[in-house]
Amino acid sequence: MSEHLRFKDHYNESRIFFRRAVIAAGLILCLLILLIARLYTLQVVEHETYVTQSDRNRVQVQPLPPTRGLIYDRNGELLAENRPSYTLSIIKEQVDSMESTVKLLSELVTITEDDTSSFYKRLKRPKRRRRPFEPIPLRYLLDEEDIARIAVNEYRLKGVVVEAQLVRFYPQRSLFAHNVGYVGRINENELKSFTPEEYPLYNGTHSIGKNGLEKQYESILLGQVGYQQVETNARGRVLRVLERNDPVPGQNLHLFLDANLQRTAFAALGQRRGAVVAIDVETGGVLAMVSAPTYDPNLFVTGISHKNYKALNESLDLPLFNRTIQGGYPPGSTLKPMLALGGLEANVVDEHYSVRDPGFYQLEGEERRYRDWKPRGHGARVALIQAVAQSCDVYYYDLAFRMGIDRMHGFGAGFGLGEKTGIDIPSERSGIWPSRKWKRDNRRLPWYPGDSLNMGIGQGFVVTTPLQLASMTATLASRGEKHQPRLVRRIGETVVDTAPVAQVSATQKNWDLIIDAMEEVVHGPRGTARSISRKANFRMGGKTGTAQVVGIAQDAKYDSEALAERQRDHALFVGFAPIKNPQIAVAVIVENGEKSSTAAKIARKLFDTYLNNLPVSIAKEE
Amino acid sequence: MVQQDFQRRMPEASRDLRKPMGFWQRIHVDTPLLFSLLVLTAFGLIVLYSASGADKHYVQRQSVFICLGYVVMFTIAQFKMSFLQRWAPWFYVAGLGLLVLVLVMGTGAKGAQRWLSVGGFRFQPSEALKLAVPIMVASYLGVRALPPSFKHVLVTLCIITVPMVLILKQPDLGTSLLIAASGLIGLFFAGLRWRYIFGAGLLGVLGSWPMWQFVLRDYQKQRILTMFNPEADKLGAGWNIIQSKTAIGSGGLNGKGWMNGTQSQLNFLPESHTDFIIAVLAEEFGLFGALMLLLIYMVVIGRGMLIAIRAQTSFNRILAGSITFTFFVYVFVNIGMVSGLLPVVGVPLPLVSHGGTAIVTLLAGFGLLMAISTENRKVSI
Repeated sequence: MSEHLRFKDHYNESRIFFRRAVIAAGLILCLLILLIARLYTLQVVEHETYVTQSDRNRVQVQPLPPTRGLIYDRNGELLAENRPSYTLSIIKEQVDSMESTVKLLSELVTITEDDTSSFYKRLKRPKRRRRPFEPIPLRYLLDEEDIARIAVNEYRLKGVVVEAQLVRFYPQRSLFAHNVGYVGRINENELKSFTPEEYPLYNGTHSIGKNGLEKQYESILLGQVGYQQVETNARGRVLRVLERNDPVPGQNLHLFLDANLQRTAFAALGQRRGAVVAIDVETGGVLAMVSAPTYDPNLFVTGISHKNYKALNESLDLPLFNRTIQGGYPPGSTLKPMLALGGLEANVVDEHYSVRDPGFYQLEGEERRYRDWKPRGHGARVALIQAVAQSCDVYYYDLAFRMGIDRMHGFGAGFGLGEKTGIDIPSERSGIWPSRKWKRDNRRLPWYPGDSLNMGIGQGFVVTTPLQLASMTATLASRGEKHQPRLVRRIGETVVDTAPVAQVSATQKNWDLIIDAMEEVVHGPRGTARSISRKANFRMGGKTGTAQVVGIAQDAKYDSEALAERQRDHALFVGFAPIKNPQIAVAVIVENGEKSSTAAKIARKLFDTYLNNLPVSIAKEE
Repeated sequence: MVQQDFQRRMPEASRDLRKPMGFWQRIHVDTPLLFSLLVLTAFGLIVLYSASGADKHYVQRQSVFICLGYVVMFTIAQFKMSFLQRWAPWFYVAGLGLLVLVLVMGTGAKGAQRWLSVGGFRFQPSEALKLAVPIMVASYLGVRALPPSFKHVLVTLCIITVPMVLILKQPDLGTSLLIAASGLIGLFFAGLRWRYIFGAGLLGVLGSWPMWQFVLRDYQKQRILTMFNPEADKLGAGWNIIQSKTAIGSGGLNGKGWMNGTQSQLNFLPESHTDFIIAVLAEEFGLFGALMLLLIYMVVIGRGMLIAIRAQTSFNRILAGSITFTFFVYVFVNIGMVSGLLPVVGVPLPLVSHGGTAIVTLLAGFGLLMAISTENRKVSI
């Protein structure tokens, strides 16, 4: 350091620094002026250019909603389709004053308070759930006149758009309301329940399956959303598509249901309340599924009005209630063929075993008389065939007593009683097929022999759905092959597997006996359903039943006549046809139908319609 | 001994002597500087709230870092400058050590390795160098006779180059250039002779071609090309600049109003809460808002320069000068980049952009300025 040592000159150093600081300050000033000039150029000189650029150059991604899959019956008749419909929507970002725009619109087209309130609800959804410039629907189903009126006033309606959308339509109206179900607008709860993967699937889609097949097969019917990147001008009009990723339409469903048969069943029920289920014996496919009264599912698609919904929901006839899978009815005598088979298999009875029927049955050491439906009884020697054909209650009291609850429960469970059939629509009920355990758990009481007697004639605790009865009958008709009842035959091009899911085993002889007995019910001289055998070109088997009505509200006294009507017995019939090589099994329940023949006649009409319209008529084979 | 003998009395010293030491000076706070910083950070939070899409989380996080920054600032303001000068080499070496650590075991995103995580806390060591380099340069030159001789200039350049290369390796071109700038600014304030400055300028012009060919990476070249012609790649690299220019330009004189900027609120503007936050401000508060911000920056910078001029030792002067001028460089580079004057390099708008480490470092720097401004005047006769 020594040779190069220069002395530190503090005064000089301070002067140097001061000079440099002045230069630096000058530099700062120059650069500052440069910045300000730049900002001035951008914000004042070129302001207009950038305003238009910010308004116009809005590249955005638009979802392309997929077309929902169609639903066809077995003959290719359309049950659910998509129709173009015009929706009035508002783009929030482009509207200067939302209130005055809505007010102006309500002067042009009718907008109800329902419409506006749900519109504002949708508007308030958090920002993250809505993409910018997404049109928010205000009114659905515009007609030509509405569209014209809006078009004429377009210059006053900034941010208002009329969008053409595909909206679900059910051409069969109320015919399939209970099984096809319906779609409706996605509500707040459904939106919340979406997983992050599901959420983008519904971009651009406003509806979701709410009921029936539409709900069960939602993910299949929905399809996959597509996207397009578009350049729009300040009014939201698409100028050009930059990139496009097409949506994948949902798959079509082909059902077992037969629209003809469904119509027949509805016509046969007439004004009565009730349920009809018809099952294809070979596959378990449901051919008809009627719950009457019904409703028009089209009402729900774009949102049902309060008034309409109230009327449906509060009707005494419960039109929204799907009787076929939710209605719990005592099966009455319709259980008898199945129980007789159980008796035979348990060796409690055989074809020759007979009882004496004085019109009542008494348990040993008990006073109580269990009555037969026929006050004087069916005679001294009632054997199996007669007991089924004439529906002898005393025979079944005896059988039930000797068979006992456990064996009875076990055998009936093999036919699917007391559990959901697993049909492919939601909210099915399981009914009740009681056991000792069931009574202990639910009634906190032990099982009494009297309970078995009531169960033997399908009363007491037993509750079944019409679908369960139809499925049981189909199992009987196919001699033990139990199929899963289902509505959907084909998803897109994939045929659903219809192999039997279980087998009820019984000897060939016993099957013959039971099927003969069921034939006797219809074709025998004293069969309880002999009235329906007239002029039939095929032979059928069946069983009638009546069930006492329980649980009608006693305080509903405003219309005594109607009340009396509602306390009449339910009429039931289960049956299948033809007797050889059975094709169709049905269960019919007519609420307050009184006489079981009311139900049996409906079944006959179904057999006629179905068998005579088969590609190769079974009737001719016989 | 040498210093003592040749120390002279400065002209202003007698004035300072006469003034009694006030409360603020005793706790080492420079009130004009503090006040303008408070205004600046408050304004920054308001803009950040809008830029983050009304997300309270960002504002809360930022506030926490600002408070931490002020605490660090007050702490550093208590330091004795002589202590700092003695320890400067060790700070510098520690900073270099951290940079080496980053290269060995750092974490990062988008292909760059810039972060060091210690027990769940992540920070950017290159931020620490933004202070360590000017301190080191000032401390080295402060004890040498000024203007610096050729040998001292060379040593200073080495001091600058080592961290610069380490940061370039991360790679982080923006930060390494800023750190180099802070060191060179120190050299400038030390009185670097003009012939060196012009010589270097000439070399720079001649050397730009090999730089372009061999040193710059593709994405860095892309940025420079994009600056000259953003329209060439509208949806790619040019997107940021087009959108930020659109945001600034559409703001006009008065702006679209707080929280009403369509470019920023509809997510057209990328990085709206970090590097491009000035575009949000210009869009929502207009030219007046932007000028207001520049005015606050100028008050801070003006005060910094004043502190530097009044400082007593060369170390203090050089340090204060380079901190203040570097601060201005940040402001200029950021605004220049967002408004399309300069290529896009990752430089946040100081004390306004979202980002914890940067704010703490900047306020620590202002702590040094306060320490310098409130230091007891030693007068030797």
